[in-house]
Formats: sequence, C-alpha cells, structure tokens
Amino acid sequence: MTTSIDMTALAVFIFFFALVTVLGFVASRWRKPKTLAHIDEWGLGGRSFGTWITWFLVGGDFYTAYTVIAVPALVYTVGAYGFFALPYTIIVYPLVFLVMPLLWKRAKDHGYVTAGDVVHGQYGSRALELTVAVTGVIATMPYIALQLVGMTAALKALGLHGEIPLAIAFIVLAVYTYSAGLRAPALIAFVKDIMIYIVVIAAVALIPSKLGGYANVFASADAAFQAKGSGNLLLGGNQYVAYATLALGSALAAFMYPHTLTGIFASNSGDTIRKNAVLLPAYTLLLGLLALLGYMGHAAGLKLESANDVVPALFQSLFPSWFAGFAFAAIAIGALVPAAVMSIGAANLFTRNFWKAYVNPQVTDEGEAKVAKITSLLVKVGALLVIVLLPTQFALDLQLLGGIWILQTLPALVFGLYTNWFRAPALLAGWFVGFFGGTYLVWDANWKPLHVIGFGENQFTIYTGLLALAANIAVACIINALVPARTAIARA
Amino acid sequence: MSRQLSKPWVKAIRWLLILPYIGLLWVPFYNRVEPVLFGFPFFYWYQLAWVPLTAFLTWIVYRSVRHDD
Repeated sequence: MTTSIDMTALAVFIFFFALVTVLGFVASRWRKPKTLAHIDEWGLGGRSFGTWITWFLVGGDFYTAYTVIAVPALVYTVGAYGFFALPYTIIVYPLVFLVMPLLWKRAKDHGYVTAGDVVHGQYGSRALELTVAVTGVIATMPYIALQLVGMTAALKALGLHGEIPLAIAFIVLAVYTYSAGLRAPALIAFVKDIMIYIVVIAAVALIPSKLGGYANVFASADAAFQAKGSGNLLLGGNQYVAYATLALGSALAAFMYPHTLTGIFASNSGDTIRKNAVLLPAYTLLLGLLALLGYMGHAAGLKLESANDVVPALFQSLFPSWFAGFAFAAIAIGALVPAAVMSIGAANLFTRNFWKAYVNPQVTDEGEAKVAKITSLLVKVGALLVIVLLPTQFALDLQLLGGIWILQTLPALVFGLYTNWFRAPALLAGWFVGFFGGTYLVWDANWKPLHVIGFGENQFTIYTGLLALAANIAVACIINALVPARTAIARA
Repeated sequence: MSRQLSKPWVKAIRWLLILPYIGLLWVPFYNRVEPVLFGFPFFYWYQLAWVPLTAFLTWIVYRSVRHDD
C-alpha cells in the first residue's frame, strides 16, 4: 500500500470532512428545542427522533468505523470464523424488537436517561445503579479509542501520518458534540451512512468484476489460506460452538452499551423501535458484503503490513483516487458518529448516576446538561490519550473485555422489565461473579475471549462472555432464593 | 386500520422470531460449500439470506402487535 499523499484523494477527503463539520455545528439549530440546557435535549435529542432519524443514528452508531476496518481484516486473516459478525447482527434484531420497546417505555414514563437510572428506579439501590453505570463507562472508553484506530487506518491511506491529523479531527468532533449534543451525530449520520452505502455497493459490485468474479475471489482466498497454513473458508469442527456463542453473546451485549441505549432512548416511540428492528438489518447486509472485502484482498494479491490495511489498500489499488478519497472520508466520518454517541452515553451515565447521585443531588436541569457536556469532552480527550500514549493492543484487549463486562449488566437492566422477583443484592452478587470471573478467564486464556469446557470426552470452546453471564444469572437466582427479603419491596 | 388479531394468535406469531436463532446458531447445518450460488459457497449465501428473511419475519410479527405507544 502506498502511503504518500495523493492530492485528489486528499481534496475529496477534506471536502467531506469540512461538510460534516459544518453540519455538526448547524445541528444545534436543527429541530431546535426551547432550550438545549437540559440533559433530555442535549443527551437524548429531546426523545423526538422518528423512524428515519433513528435508523440512520442507530445504524451509524452500531456499525462503526472500526467494524468497517476490523471485520474485513479478521476475515482476511482467519476466514469463515471472522464471519460471526453476520449472525450476530442478524439475531440481535428480534431481541431489539421484543425487549427495547419495553425499556424505552420505562425510560420515557419516568424520565430516565441511562441504564443506571432504569436500575435505580426498579430496585432502589444506589450500589446497583453505580455498578451498572461504571460498567457502562469502562466498557465504552476502549470502544471510543477503537474508533480512532479505524480513523487512523483511513488517514494513513491518505498519507496523513502521525497523531496531529487524528487529534485535529477529534477535537473538532468534541467541540460540536459539546455544543449540539446528540443532534450532531444524528445529523452527521445521514451523510456518513449514505457515503458508506455508496462505497460498499460500489465495492461489491465492481471489485469482483476486476478480480474475475466471486467464484475466483473465494478460490483465491482458499488458496491463500492453504499456502499460509491457517485460516479456512469453512469452520473447523472445534469452532462451531465458539462461532455460535460469540454470535449469541455479542447479540445479547449489543444493546446494553450506553451508545446503543442512547439511540433507543432518543427515539420517539416504541413503534419507532419496532419498525427499526425490521429496517436496521439493511445495515447487516452491508456488513456481510463488507466482510467479503477480506477475501477480495487475497484475490487482489495485496501485500499488507497489517491486516487492518486490507480495506484501504483495496480501494487504493482498484479505484481512481477521487473515489478512494471518498471511501476514506466515509470511514473517517464513520468513526465520528459512534465516537460522539459513545461519549454522550458515557457523559449521561456520569452525570445522572454519579454527579447527581453523589456530588450534587440538587443539581438543576441546566447544571446537569453542563456537567454532561464537560464530561463528554473529557471522555474524548481520554480516549485520544489512550491511543496516542498506549499501544493499540491495549485498547483492543480492553474492548474485548468491555463486551464481556457490559453483558453482565443484562440481568439488572432487562429482568426487571418482566419480573419483580429479583432484588438488588442478588443481582449485585451475580454481576460480581460474572464480571470478575469473566475477566479472570480472559486473562487466564492470554486475553482470548474463549474458554474450553469439557463434558466427558467432548470439549467445547465457548465465548467467555456467555459463560460469565450464565454464572451471573445462576448466582443471582440462588442468592435471591436463599436470602429472604428483609423489607417488603423497596420500590416506591 | 384495525388489523388487530385475537390474542392467542398474536402470542403464537411471536414465536416466528425464534427461527433466526435456530437457523443461524445450529452451525453444522450450514458449514459446507455446496450448493454454490453465484460463486458464493453455501456457508456465505445461507447466512446472507437470513438477513432479509429475518427482516420479513419481524415485519410479520410487527403487523400483529399494537402500535399505540
């Protein structure tokens, strides 16, 4: 891959980046509320987003720039196994359809902004609220950092090296998120998603014809895997359970994250969410096709320093430079939307479940918005420092753990929608076992999220997150059954 | 606009949503190359086909639930 500056590509890139920057600042006047100095407005866009805005926002926020870079890179490296992102992002939607409208309604009826608010309202426990909030923040931080990894890959392909371009892009993002709140990524998501759709459709329609058709793409990938002796077009027999549990565990975790929940809470009705569960799979189709770019990398015979370069290198070698610039802009802007929503989600958690709960319970609506805005700035600066100062692998490992961590908040957040049986101490104990047990298993497996369990002769490799969740639920049930309710229902 | 179905039917229709889980989590069923479609091995086009199929099933369930929230 060449990494010298191509002026045409750079000019196209700068044009689109400038366009979304303007949009980001205009966003504070888009669907203008009476005041932005309220966390419902700044942090949830006034809970007013209809079907289309929600579709673009959640799509732009869930299918991140890192996905665009990392999924094809994984498929390029290991083959079929990397494809688990596809079943994952299919089976997530029936869950969204069934669960999220209930959660939305609970939040809307009581004015909840975060998962921590929902849990506090349900169980009346500050400890459980703080646990859920802290888990949300620490699971999100490395995720934001990874958006920077996606952006770095695009900038590098443009010939922009070093940390300065990255820092500039991120500071611009931080400033307009500060002023416009969730309206900024919602508006930018329109541009970003349309660009990504154009890029991926062009890629899957045109690249195979340059590389001798899909049959040849698959055949070349197969040949490359056999030559290097690892990777495969199909799963090995010992990968079945890992593939299925990774897909299921990731699907259960996906909408527990602060950024996806923020998108859900910002919508204007349960019906909007259900419609989106029908419409959002369009992005999944895109993701599945995008994953195939990994195989196209083999068919094009790319020589890569790092697998993360496979998508940028493909565009650079097969498309004219103006279109390559367009594609890189799409990826870089694709990092801005999720990074903005993630920092807003984390800021909402800090404000509602820490600042308001412990520092200043009398905080005004205006004060809440102010604290959230400043926190969103700090969160982004923190993510930038992590990427600049620490090895990328650190963020990758943490993000992987983040998926396991956030999954442990599912019982506290979701079970209460269906039953009043569980009480806070039991859920806390379950979380404790799932969180620390899961972390230990991942550490023990040398930072791999997979764990081998044996039943007699048979050995299964299973996603650690799902194993930790099973332990979490089991402990919560046992403790809840054994420990008698001291006071009859703490809920008011 | 009242397309409201009677209660037991609504409950039954929801079970359609279990199908993607069965279809996609039972991996040995689709972990093979044949039959190839448009150059795609079965493993790939089968999973891609579940995307529109799941959206369609969800849409059928969507039509059967109340829309007043």
